[in-house]
Amino acid sequence: MAECHPVAFRWVMEAKNRGATVIHVDPRFTRTSAVADLHVPIRPGSDIAFLGGLVRHVIENERWFKEYVLHYTNASTLVDERFQDTEDLEGLFSGFDSRSNTYDPETWSYQGVQGVVPAAGHKQLVAEKGAGKVPLHGANILERRTDPTLQHPRCVFQILKRHFSRYTPAVVAETCGIPEPLFLEVAETLCRNSGRERTGAFCYAVGWTQHSVGVQYIRTASILQLLLGNIGRPGGGIMALRGHASIQGSTDIPTLFDLLPGYLPMPHSLLPDRGLERYVANNRSPSGWWSEMPKYVVSLLKAWFGDAATRENDWGFDLLPRLSGNHSHMTTVSEMADGKVKGYLVVGENPTVGSMHGSLHRKGLRKLDWLVVRDFALTETAEFWRTAPEIARGEVRTEEIPTEVFFFPAAAHTEKDGSFTNTQRCLQWHHRAIEPAGDCRSDLWFTYHLGKRLKRLYAESPGPNAEAIRALTWDYPTKGKDEDPDAEAVLREVNGFTVADGRPVAGFKELADDGSTACGCWIYSGCYKDGVNQPARRRPQGEQHWVAPEWGWSWPANRRILYNRASADPEGRPWSERKRYVWWDAEKGAWSGYDVPDFIADRPPSYRPPPDAEGIATLAGDDPFIMQADGKGWLFAPSGLLDGPLPTHYEPEESVLENPLYPQQCNPARMEWHRPDNPYHRAFGDPRFPYVVTTYRLTEHHTAGGMSRWLSWLSELQPEMFCEVSPELAAEKGLVNGRWATVTTARGEIECRVLVTERMKPLRVKGRTLHTIGLPYHWSYVGRVRGDPANELIPFVADPNVSIQESKALTANIRAGRHSLGRRSATDGLELRQPEPPRAPPRRDLPGVRTAHRHPPTEPRK
Amino acid sequence: MPKLPVISEWPVARQLVSGDGSGLGASAMSERTRELAPRTASADRVVRSICPYCAVGCGQLVYVKDERIIDVEGDPDSPMSQGCLCPKGAATFQLVTGSHREQHVLYRRPGGTAWERIPLERAMDMVAERVKRSRDETFEERIEDPGAKHHGARVRRTLGVAHLGGATLDNEENYLLKKLYTALGIVQVENQARI
Repeated sequence: MAECHPVAFRWVMEAKNRGATVIHVDPRFTRTSAVADLHVPIRPGSDIAFLGGLVRHVIENERWFKEYVLHYTNASTLVDERFQDTEDLEGLFSGFDSRSNTYDPETWSYQGVQGVVPAAGHKQLVAEKGAGKVPLHGANILERRTDPTLQHPRCVFQILKRHFSRYTPAVVAETCGIPEPLFLEVAETLCRNSGRERTGAFCYAVGWTQHSVGVQYIRTASILQLLLGNIGRPGGGIMALRGHASIQGSTDIPTLFDLLPGYLPMPHSLLPDRGLERYVANNRSPSGWWSEMPKYVVSLLKAWFGDAATRENDWGFDLLPRLSGNHSHMTTVSEMADGKVKGYLVVGENPTVGSMHGSLHRKGLRKLDWLVVRDFALTETAEFWRTAPEIARGEVRTEEIPTEVFFFPAAAHTEKDGSFTNTQRCLQWHHRAIEPAGDCRSDLWFTYHLGKRLKRLYAESPGPNAEAIRALTWDYPTKGKDEDPDAEAVLREVNGFTVADGRPVAGFKELADDGSTACGCWIYSGCYKDGVNQPARRRPQGEQHWVAPEWGWSWPANRRILYNRASADPEGRPWSERKRYVWWDAEKGAWSGYDVPDFIADRPPSYRPPPDAEGIATLAGDDPFIMQADGKGWLFAPSGLLDGPLPTHYEPEESVLENPLYPQQCNPARMEWHRPDNPYHRAFGDPRFPYVVTTYRLTEHHTAGGMSRWLSWLSELQPEMFCEVSPELAAEKGLVNGRWATVTTARGEIECRVLVTERMKPLRVKGRTLHTIGLPYHWSYVGRVRGDPANELIPFVADPNVSIQESKALTANIRAGRHSLGRRSATDGLELRQPEPPRAPPRRDLPGVRTAHRHPPTEPRK
Repeated sequence: MPKLPVISEWPVARQLVSGDGSGLGASAMSERTRELAPRTASADRVVRSICPYCAVGCGQLVYVKDERIIDVEGDPDSPMSQGCLCPKGAATFQLVTGSHREQHVLYRRPGGTAWERIPLERAMDMVAERVKRSRDETFEERIEDPGAKHHGARVRRTLGVAHLGGATLDNEENYLLKKLYTALGIVQVENQARI
């Protein structure tokens, strides 16, 4: 955190100065470790075992927050009798289909309820069984069976306890390489700092997400924080430290394939031709706040299609495209390499460096008809046709690459108005300071004028489903000689307005499903309340209280801590004076506090829903997690996840170890791309690749380098690609500090300078010494400072829930010297795989007893 | 020939007159030192901004003089950053004013070995024409693949055009991108959040 988010880390240091204990869990020793109270080196890819060990410690030693867990989580809910755990099925849950390598979550449901809709609908593409069959499945959420004594063997708490019972300190030690005393010190520190008077927080970045089981890493932390009562309270929570100025915004208003703005799921091809009714039935929850979903869908369609959206045509819903599977980044690039994609627009991103397996990306770009790149300078993605290892090696000739490339220079943030959403969901406006020079234009300008041209083209000539683009509302006022669209006008549409008079709505509670309101992103509704640009508010922090609600604007409804109803006890009183945040004011008959209460404003803590309650009325006065169908924090997830209702330790796709916990080696539902240009190593113990590799960022560079490798100030600070190795590994392989090394995987080989340092600690696991090679991934072939890109080493493999790459744990080999020939598996790197290991055991996934006929995972069907 | 200082400006005289006998106080300052000011003081205006690097969202103050940016500093009013910037944030001035920034639209024709400059408006026309052509050629009203799971289902989309990028863009830009692509039936829209 001190390395990659230095200014946010000031607050950690502020907390430390006031007595907080700082623990840093990381394979390498960094600037964060240097000031932490405790540094815990961990084997990359083993965090679920570590966190699972903490969960077990909290349960076994009765350190969980009883009142919080009983009232605010689903601990007491009984789970379907047919559910079977990884304890019963040797690393798999019930519902696994070994032909498709997917789960059917039907058996994970609550007893007495026909399917539970996860918050924000079934956006995980797979229409869960039962979805849409019953018009309002889960309608009887109030009839779910519970055992408030938490003793019933089918209750979530007991299932959780059994599931994590094998994550003992000894298992943690042999899985993570963390000695027992160190682990117990972490566990006790965490427990000691949780409860009524104190809270503990987790901060993470892509070190937790970029794994084939990444979503479950975060889930494990969520379970732990719920057990300790650390969610929805000041000083608690789980903080995702995100790496780009508006990466949160680009998820909320998604440039993502599976979402519409505000986490509404994209329509799927399983819908009938006239699809709105079924779409709503599939994705709306009949209980909790997600029961409001139709209002958000209709308002979005009204914002996009205006007068053309009518009740008769289902507000234009059938004009929207539909998904038929996974169309995420790696799938797209894989299809690009097969020649199926014709055109590609890359805006402010440099995938041949920032994404895994750069040479496969370049192979895809070579198959395009046309490519558009918008950036500040000519990045590797723009220059792929003349600057790349396969061109230098003569395997590919520039003259034979048919792709047309357009490069558009982009305007900087100082040259345009607009809002960024920071990592705490806070929208902050940046104002235009000067006009951009030359042909530099904002992406708003580019998109608006491209849309103008396309609307004109489709008005003049026919095209399939041209009605959608013709009906699209696209009238934004423009300013100046460049005809720059007014960003505030876009923000106003995002906020929402009443159709009759165009008045901005005050928030999503004013949205309706009858076409009377339009809203571009319901969770951002309120950001233009009263016609005021709320993200541009800048009341100095010294002139307001510590929550600083008048600086910028946080979604939803300017709430700074989500689920903050949980900061008060079931009766609505703060858990303690120290941790006072939001509370029930009986005199006013309303919730009150420092923050905007995240609850129904006038619902008293004593409220209990009548048996026939529907929608928001199903939320009891002590149900703080209002987006969930049952208003509870989910220790056990009855739906919404594609790889199990509970986190389970699986090894990375490529590991040095056999899974110490289960016969199932890797996440059984992970996504793989089996193609000759994307070879995988053996699942574990591959003699060709005996070392662990992890990648990371440095303070002085920014991700793929597009905003740092061209700057002399930053380039002087970190001028060259290097690898970090321990003195022990250096001795073993003859690596010398400051000299060269070559790092190899079956995908490619790179060379870099050697940094021999005790920051990389060899770990002792099961009597073996495990070495980790650390690689920053900022450099590549163009820019002011150059070096080989680490991501050339990494294969296409992904977490099934979110299709994120696994770049934080893989295997590789290293040798001294500049032996790298720049070979790549996507062109002519066959010898990289030699000698090919025998096909005999150990197999990729150990079959176990009951899963003897499991097929190896294959590429998802296109 | 430079003008000789008058006697009262001599250091010793100034020290004696001002009672700064040790010469370590204000009398040690020259006229030039007294007139020194940060270059930000001469700015025509200060524009509020937000750091474009990571997602912490540190406040920035952009100093403009003669329609040029002369400095970018941390914003002390920000509750996120209290005026601080990290090495990257502190390099924002070079990011936005540096000589690395391309200012012309460039075009590489099929099989070409060099970039060519083309006018912005023409490039926009060319891209719009290509988006339409590729989209129309690859548009699927329904899935026409007897082997596919959803054969015959209505999809109204193209898998022939794709987009990548968004986490470095403004919310308003992402909104227009998603809106335009969805209306065109382009579903392969992705950004760094996936990476």
